[in-house]
Amino acid sequence: MTAYPGRVVAAPRRRRAGTRAVTGLLHALGLPMLLLVLWGLVATRATNRFLPDPVTIADAFVDTWIGPAFVQDVLPSLYRLGLGVAASVVLGVAAGTVIGLTPWLRELLEPLLEFLRAVPPPVLIPVAMLLLGITDTMKVVVIVSGAVWPILLNTVEGVRGTDSVLTQTALSFRVTRWERLWFLVLPAASPRIMAGARQALSVALILMVISEMFASSAGLGYRIAYFQRNYLVAEMWSGILLLGGVGVLLAVVFGVVERRVLRWYHGTREVNRV
Amino acid sequence: MSDRGTLLRVTQLNKVYRARTGDVEAIGDLSFTMDAGELVCIVGPSGCGKTTLLKCLAGLLRPTGGTVEMHGAPVTGPSPAMAVVFQEYGRSLYPWLTVRGNVELPLRHKRLSRAQRHTLVADALDAVGLAHAARSHPWQLSGGMQQRVAIARAVAYQPEVLIMDEPFAAVDAQTRADLEDLVRELHARRGISVLFVTHDIDESVYLGQRVLVLSHAPTRVREDLVIDLPADRDQITTRALPRFTELRTHVYGEIQRARRGQNVAPRPAP
Repeated sequence: MTAYPGRVVAAPRRRRAGTRAVTGLLHALGLPMLLLVLWGLVATRATNRFLPDPVTIADAFVDTWIGPAFVQDVLPSLYRLGLGVAASVVLGVAAGTVIGLTPWLRELLEPLLEFLRAVPPPVLIPVAMLLLGITDTMKVVVIVSGAVWPILLNTVEGVRGTDSVLTQTALSFRVTRWERLWFLVLPAASPRIMAGARQALSVALILMVISEMFASSAGLGYRIAYFQRNYLVAEMWSGILLLGGVGVLLAVVFGVVERRVLRWYHGTREVNRV
Repeated sequence: MSDRGTLLRVTQLNKVYRARTGDVEAIGDLSFTMDAGELVCIVGPSGCGKTTLLKCLAGLLRPTGGTVEMHGAPVTGPSPAMAVVFQEYGRSLYPWLTVRGNVELPLRHKRLSRAQRHTLVADALDAVGLAHAARSHPWQLSGGMQQRVAIARAVAYQPEVLIMDEPFAAVDAQTRADLEDLVRELHARRGISVLFVTHDIDESVYLGQRVLVLSHAPTRVREDLVIDLPADRDQITTRALPRFTELRTHVYGEIQRARRGQNVAPRPAP
């Protein structure tokens, strides 16, 4: 057989990766550094004792979080967050797929889902406390009760939006139901699922903190509330910084996962744009 | 595939789309047969229900009346003896799978060993000249190459009949000529029967051993024309033959008459 000449578009090669990484880092950190300096200047001139300067906060950060507090407060929080996010993804994608594939079920559930989504999850905390007690389960349930909705609703939309030609192709080749689910429906919905997961992540972080502020004896939220009530101002600020750091870290990890999972999606869009 | 019996028999096929605004009769009364090993082209004026016909043949759409039979057995759903190549290659290949993954997907439910599957995939990709692109993703390929992948997928499925729905409508003329020759080659070398739906008159005459000219909707077969061109065809000499010009002029005239046709008026809704 003759080989037909054809062009395979290769991914652009990473040139001077080292230089790029350094420039990227400078770009990313430049403004925060500037703000930090500005903060320091303002703080040294200000007389308000609730606005400590960055150096004091940095000291407090090291004293507060590096050591046993990391194991006592940070790790349990992250554990509940991870558990909550994982449960939300599994629950949201599973339920969303079933609802998205079943038109009558979707019509039946749509008003209910809209209502449930509209309920602000923090108001469920007292209810959850009564039903489940002040336990880890309660906190994870609170996280899931808020984080599951963006994933579920996006999955429903993603599954519904599966291209009809792709579906007919699978049907004409008699691709089985499970193969269709795994090789067609879920990948086709994956851009929407990932968009939902991104929203869910920030919701989950908020709920993690709030659930710990209500009733708890450990955790990041508990610590920050404790510091605030005891006028440990620098410590309180350091907790807020740590939370911000956790948020950034989560976003970075999510970005890496998303790039891997949606490589085809970004690739397709890039080709279409050219 | 050696027996030259009747492969596909379509009898009095009728398809009516029910809608609130009134019923639309897409296919009126359509009958034809196709022998094993044949390459038949179906050509008709645009909007004559070619795609509807094809979906009925492939078991993707239930006809309102009449029957489709493969080897005498009625077709009620997608059949393992048929493979479809759709017009919209961009929407028919799975962008999240590699070229190899796309070709392999329909083979997963066939009871084959991994080695057998790989052989089929490699063989099919080789047949369409894409052995070097197995690890690429479809969106990294040109339109013509993507349609080759779709053809490879159909070939690897080892169907008795390849059903192609205006497969080359969206590619440029040069690529189209190459792909037409590829179809003729697959037909000649592998003995696959091909049912090729197109709106391009020249293409139908160049490719087919027979051309079915369809009428305007509600569709019926207007003419069943044997293409008596030599079996060895190539883009330059065959298209320059006086007989080719005669045949294409004839089909063109038929299509024109079909378009103005006597059977244009849709039947009133009951």
